[in-house]
Amino acid sequence: MIGFFLILLIIVYGSQWVTAFSFIDGIASIPKALSWLVGNFYPTEKSLQKIPTILTKLVETLLLSIAAATVGAFFALFSAIFGARPTAFSKPLALFSRGLATLFRNIDVAAWSMILLFSFGQSALTGFFALFFASFGFLTRVFMETIDEVGLGAVEALRATGAGYWPIVFQAILPASQPLMISWTLFMIETNIRSAVLVGILTGSGVGFTFDLYYKNMNYNAAGLTIVFIAATILLLDRASNMIRRAIL
Amino acid sequence: MSLDKSESIQNIVTQSGRLAASGRSIKVKPLSKSRLTMRITMIALAALTIYGFFVFDYKNISPWQGTIDMLTNFKTMFLSPHLAHLTFWEGAYAIVVTLAMAVLTTLISAFLAFFLALFAAQNLSNHTVARSIQAVAAFIRSIPTVLWVLIFAISAGLGSVAAIVGMSFHSISYLTKAYAESFEEMDQGLIEALRATGAHWWHIVFQAVLPMSLTYLISWTFMRFEINFGVSVAMGAAAGAGGIGFDMFMASAFYHDLREVGAITYYILVVAFLLEMLSLRMKSAVRGKMI
Repeated sequence: MIGFFLILLIIVYGSQWVTAFSFIDGIASIPKALSWLVGNFYPTEKSLQKIPTILTKLVETLLLSIAAATVGAFFALFSAIFGARPTAFSKPLALFSRGLATLFRNIDVAAWSMILLFSFGQSALTGFFALFFASFGFLTRVFMETIDEVGLGAVEALRATGAGYWPIVFQAILPASQPLMISWTLFMIETNIRSAVLVGILTGSGVGFTFDLYYKNMNYNAAGLTIVFIAATILLLDRASNMIRRAIL
Repeated sequence: MSLDKSESIQNIVTQSGRLAASGRSIKVKPLSKSRLTMRITMIALAALTIYGFFVFDYKNISPWQGTIDMLTNFKTMFLSPHLAHLTFWEGAYAIVVTLAMAVLTTLISAFLAFFLALFAAQNLSNHTVARSIQAVAAFIRSIPTVLWVLIFAISAGLGSVAAIVGMSFHSISYLTKAYAESFEEMDQGLIEALRATGAHWWHIVFQAVLPMSLTYLISWTFMRFEINFGVSVAMGAAAGAGGIGFDMFMASAFYHDLREVGAITYYILVVAFLLEMLSLRMKSAVRGKMI
């Protein structure tokens, strides 16, 4: 027990040393940031005029997040069918689709956006592909888990009755895993919006860029308003997904 | 990856558990309401996706040409990586810095979230207190991490302090929810029995609640650590917090050095793979203990 805490202490000290982090500065920054928030992040007449701009960009970001998650889910579905144990029909193909998903999943969205900046510049496509790759990687993993969970018993039972491969997939596996897959896709949309803000800041697109512009010009009232709209969108989306989840699960 | 798997992932996990417990697999009776909702959801998502592709701001970049460029760029990046602006060991040190940021964030969050979760769990705390902590946590989670970090950067300056405090904000609210749910899974009878013997609240916490939920807590914490690694790469890039993310940002946006971006990607991939393997092993260990 004491050894465990000693190791923990060494890790904390080491991490503090390499990152030049100080707990005192960290704690001191909290009241400062909060009082600053109260003093600056309220909407003014001037910042309220920015609402149309913010909303247009927010809608674009929302659509981007939905498109990336939906297209990601479509490809992940095939990749999961090829890779999941109950439905895999060729070992090399299974290994390939699993490997591809692992690769896409383990490169962070931020890293993807910096990679894709070379090909798509500041266009919406940089964000789309970054979010799409991340969605594809993550959804393939959870779809595979879903198929594993639902499928193993069903496949064996149906195979015993002499059913073919495709009927099993389309009439047993997919209908049974559909609710969970939709639920995960909705979750992915929510995640994508958060990531899209980050990607926007890095690549200069969408609502992230709008925020960054206000922030860098020290127009904090408008920046604060942007945060309020982003947070409200995420909360609403969460509410909507939970309603859908309750109906389908 | 910087997935902020908040509320929903936990909902999905519990709901899928419920699904599994309720006999799972094929539904014999087709539920018309659930089928209808699924169909509407899918059609709506497809329609919004198609609509999106028409209105996106492409800035004169052709999707096809861009995709071809992307594939050739991938080839250059991954097949001929090189480091120009930093040495191999500087790269390794940068990744240690990124990991250290994730470690600090995770440890701070785990420590604070543990105490907050005790008050946020319905079975251990007062109903009103629990509800209000959950509400504040939900509000904090609704603001993306990068925005928290930038808010703190105004008072603390761009750097590791703002990054770690900002990341912790999000991480604490995530873990508070996860821990509180683990506590709520506990056998209510046991807590009441202990209460009847006159055990003090702290005794119940440290003698019963903590030991029984420890495996859950560890697996949630490690999962968050994995997420925090991705987030700290991102914060290095977006909020000047240093580490490998910052080097990647410089290589991409400043030097336009595709091959260096490739080399840095390999650093990130190696660590992310190791963390995922470790996490899978821990999950199976935890599962083994639970059965």
